[in-house]
Amino acid sequence: MIEVEAVTKRYGEKVAVRDLTFKVRPGIVTGFLGPNGSGKSTTMRLILGLDAPNSGRTLINGKPYREHAAPLHEAGALLEARSVHTGRSAQNHLLALAQTHGIGRARVNELIEMVGLQEVAGKRAGGFSLGMGQRLGIASALLGDPHTVLLDEPVNGLDPEGIQWVRKLLKNLAGEGRTVFVSSHLMSEMALTAEHLVVIGRGQLIADTGVEEFVSGASKRSVRVRSPQAGRLAELIAAAEVRIETAEPSVLEVHGTDSEQIGAIAAENGIVLYELTPQQASLEEAFMELTGDALEFHAHSPDITAEPQGTVA
Amino acid sequence: MSETAAIATPLGRVTQRRVALSEWTKLRSVRSTRWSLLATLILILGIGILACVVFEARWPHLSPSDKLNFHPLRVNLAGVNFAQLAIGVLGVLVITAEYSTGMIRSTFSAVPKRLPVLWGKALVFGAVAFAISLPAVFIVFFIGQSILSGQHINIGISHPGVLRALFGAALFLTVMGLFGLGLGAIIRSTAGAISALAGIVFVLPPVIGLLPESIANSIEPYLPSKAGGAIWTINPDPNTLAPWAGFGLFCAYAAVAFVIAAVLMRRRDT
Repeated sequence: MIEVEAVTKRYGEKVAVRDLTFKVRPGIVTGFLGPNGSGKSTTMRLILGLDAPNSGRTLINGKPYREHAAPLHEAGALLEARSVHTGRSAQNHLLALAQTHGIGRARVNELIEMVGLQEVAGKRAGGFSLGMGQRLGIASALLGDPHTVLLDEPVNGLDPEGIQWVRKLLKNLAGEGRTVFVSSHLMSEMALTAEHLVVIGRGQLIADTGVEEFVSGASKRSVRVRSPQAGRLAELIAAAEVRIETAEPSVLEVHGTDSEQIGAIAAENGIVLYELTPQQASLEEAFMELTGDALEFHAHSPDITAEPQGTVA
Repeated sequence: MSETAAIATPLGRVTQRRVALSEWTKLRSVRSTRWSLLATLILILGIGILACVVFEARWPHLSPSDKLNFHPLRVNLAGVNFAQLAIGVLGVLVITAEYSTGMIRSTFSAVPKRLPVLWGKALVFGAVAFAISLPAVFIVFFIGQSILSGQHINIGISHPGVLRALFGAALFLTVMGLFGLGLGAIIRSTAGAISALAGIVFVLPPVIGLLPESIANSIEPYLPSKAGGAIWTINPDPNTLAPWAGFGLFCAYAAVAFVIAAVLMRRRDT
């Protein structure tokens, strides 16, 4: 369980997170979604006590992270930026972290095997590819067999096989009753793994909802119709509230009515239909719609280079 | 993956002893440790032996004033003056390398109370620095004095103050390393902390020397390296604190660095 309560964090003039409140429940994968620079990584650092908020507080399993006697047993984290001494081997890196909690070598070896780093475990972490670095980060996150797992962009730099592996891992972890909080700027990734979403933009909460509600709540809905008599059908269903787009002669994109009505009209008039598909906004479109206003910089922003948006990521 | 039941397994808590063990693993598993300690050894032994060889060989040709200024222990321990930078730099790196690589985020995630990390580093690094310096100082003493005995200008280990100076040299190097660690923890950048350390040890004394002599003389004994140097000097120049008083002051400087480092480490974002 993660609780973020009215947290505000400023870095100098810049407000990275503003009055953010949400809870992350155990047993499901919760996605943490937001554009780059929206404050996801900052929020994760605040939850782990790496940065201190200007106001508000964060709790892990009921207590500030710092107050736990065995922190790695409460929460394990993969942070976005590399958090490994480049001159130390993966094995020794994990061992040093494990020893702070009296965790033995056997557990370290178990994790190295689990993330598939056996062959490079003795090599300096500085020579690792991004994907290997992510695997090492995931191994350190799971070292203490934690109740709560925070992963910041875990699939970054992974190959397709690695991405599959992470998706399965997240679901397994949640299935075991753990709290799993995964950030991503990729909506498609969240659609595949998350059940619940916390969406932020410009450091503010935009949505805290189930993935399905999030998608169905988006206003964009339409019906795709394909028919050899598309022109005639368009005339028949035309009404004040109906808007029709035609991308190609035989295809209609109908807004403002539903597939039942279109089907009924077509049947009454003996119109042949090849396709009649209700279209839902993708998670990506729902996300764009919701965060459109909250995006720090729009493409037309004239001073896009004046202040790089990645600085608080 | 472990099963659901595994969640309930109680794990070890974080203790100071465990953090110290973790810091030992960190210290021994990076190359910079080996190189810095090797440099420390080479400087203590190499310069100490070389200086003795030169004095022994040149002794019959030295002027009376050179002979008067000669002290068998000071020549023998000349390398300590250089080794202090090597060990100080390692002290800096022990903490700043964690900040420059991002390792500090992993470290503080495992030990979010943070201060046990600082104490663990000080304990482990201090012990290693002492364990390297002490044998080095004794070895260079015995080699150096046996070289000087060729001209009968050597000093015996039982001579008053010699044992204190030898142990003192090892203690001095240890505290210099810890001073570097404290500065590193305050400044967090490798380059910045090494500059600060080198400035305090090598630049400050000559700068003070530019002042009018009466002022310089009243400040000089209290400079960190000069105060700390009192513990490994016998027959010092009159402008030097008593051995243990000087060393005590040096320790106090290091302690102040640690107090500032501890306060900042608790409060700062990483």
